[in-house]
Amino acid sequence: MTAQPKLNPVAAFDPLVARADFPILSREVYGKPLVYLDSAASAQKPKQVLDAMETFATSEYANVHRGVHYLSAAATERYEAARETVRRFLNAAHADEIVFTKGGTEAINLVSYSYLTPRIQLGDEIVLSVMEHHSNIVPWHFLRERHGAVLKWVDVNDDGSLDTEAVDAAIGPKTKLVAISHMSNVLGTISPLKEIVARAHAKGVPVLADGCQGAVHLTVDVRDLDVDFYAFTAHKLYGPTGIGALYGKRALLKSMRPFNGGGEMIREVGREAISYADPPARFEAGTPPIIEAVGLAAAIDYVGGLDRAAVVAHENDLLAYATEQVKELNWVRAIGEARDKGSILSFETNGMHAHDVATILDREGVAVRAGHHCAQVLMQRFGATSTTRASFALYNTRDEVDTFIAALKKARSILG
Amino acid sequence: MDQGLRELYQEVILDHSRHPRHFGALEDATHTGEGYNPLCGDRVKIYLAVDADNRIADIAFEGKGCAISQASASLMTDMLVGRTVEEAEKLMGGFLHLVKGESTNGLAEEDRERLEVMGGISEFPMRVKCATLAWHTMKSALEGGDTAKTE
Repeated sequence: MTAQPKLNPVAAFDPLVARADFPILSREVYGKPLVYLDSAASAQKPKQVLDAMETFATSEYANVHRGVHYLSAAATERYEAARETVRRFLNAAHADEIVFTKGGTEAINLVSYSYLTPRIQLGDEIVLSVMEHHSNIVPWHFLRERHGAVLKWVDVNDDGSLDTEAVDAAIGPKTKLVAISHMSNVLGTISPLKEIVARAHAKGVPVLADGCQGAVHLTVDVRDLDVDFYAFTAHKLYGPTGIGALYGKRALLKSMRPFNGGGEMIREVGREAISYADPPARFEAGTPPIIEAVGLAAAIDYVGGLDRAAVVAHENDLLAYATEQVKELNWVRAIGEARDKGSILSFETNGMHAHDVATILDREGVAVRAGHHCAQVLMQRFGATSTTRASFALYNTRDEVDTFIAALKKARSILG
Repeated sequence: MDQGLRELYQEVILDHSRHPRHFGALEDATHTGEGYNPLCGDRVKIYLAVDADNRIADIAFEGKGCAISQASASLMTDMLVGRTVEEAEKLMGGFLHLVKGESTNGLAEEDRERLEVMGGISEFPMRVKCATLAWHTMKSALEGGDTAKTE
């Protein structure tokens, strides 16, 4: 008697099925099927996200935390449910450790202003890596300009990897914060974040992680990482623009001064005195992005409904497949080949500027990013003025990689 | 090949970008200007030697960037040398019309023909700034030399 074949207990992930959820992917540009390889800049949105936002806006929408009427209560419930969804997504201990912001940039600026500014003195240091996005550089430059803080730059290795030891070595007695990307938007490098946090904490220094790419491609557990702040944005996670979130440890958030001033973030306002609400409300002045919060929750639910390990395996397969082909071209220099990296492929093309390459790719329907990727410090590190970047998301396919490589060869035939 | 691409990257443009004319610095420059496009990182520096008759006796440029920005700078320097400042400004006005796909009727026939190789850019609105960087920089050099920016 033959045994029945066992079903694979791991849910399969089929990118072609997932593609059907993203209406925009079926459109053409210049008469060619769209090949969208710019998800690291902003990802496309599945209809589940768009539908959730529309349904909410057409049936339950009102301002939150204000009215006593039915819709206000319903909207408040949805908004706070979205906060709980983010908490679960990051495995934070408490929902009040999740602050909604307008994006990753605002989340980091919030930490810079509300946490670090009151704690920084002339000569104090902030440790950051050369692979940071400008959003995790400029807020710290503000503290350098305004308060005499010193930026301590940690270099990456030639392959784009980041060593825990290098970060550790940069942390000194005057270090007030380590600000580090969980995953580079240019190199794809995944930082040894947990180890970095452990080393920093051993010296009493808190760590902020820029998770704008990391939250998309990695499973984030802020408690396991023990990271103090974690910033991410919705629009790279298949969610809407206009919303992101900051995770902050409860005790840290409670110790921080308010960010923007306005409605919602106060306890009591008088003529001569004012007191502030507890976190997270303290940092959410004004009417928040309510519809977008519902969209972010829907995006997290969408991603959570997929087999995440299978999605990551698929993205990494696309990266390996594309990298292998690109490296066969002797006029291409790939930048960022760390062992631990996510599905981002940046490269220089000998004798061809990235903008010319991207223009030709565009006419083939292939959308890529070209330029400095808001990471000029990193560009300087690798002696590049600009690179072309293809980033792979759950909805991309090997066929699309083939189209991309063919378009790249065409660019060479025109410009080379 | 795509007709728009064929026009944008025609041989004259690629030749200018690969073998830029008047490339380098000018020691006896009377005017200099620097241009920078913060979005793409393209840079250009223009050197002008304007003589007593308000004529551009010599011109040179340095820079790095895409084929379009380099070709545009090269073509510009080639066309401006020997002209008066007034003529240079008029030519720039015509060029700005051209890259937006507008009429260049105000220009002499010969100038229109030479500039026409850059006409394909009007179909690529995201790239117009690449083409205009050198021209804006030239203008700012003549006006006193602040950093010109296109973004």
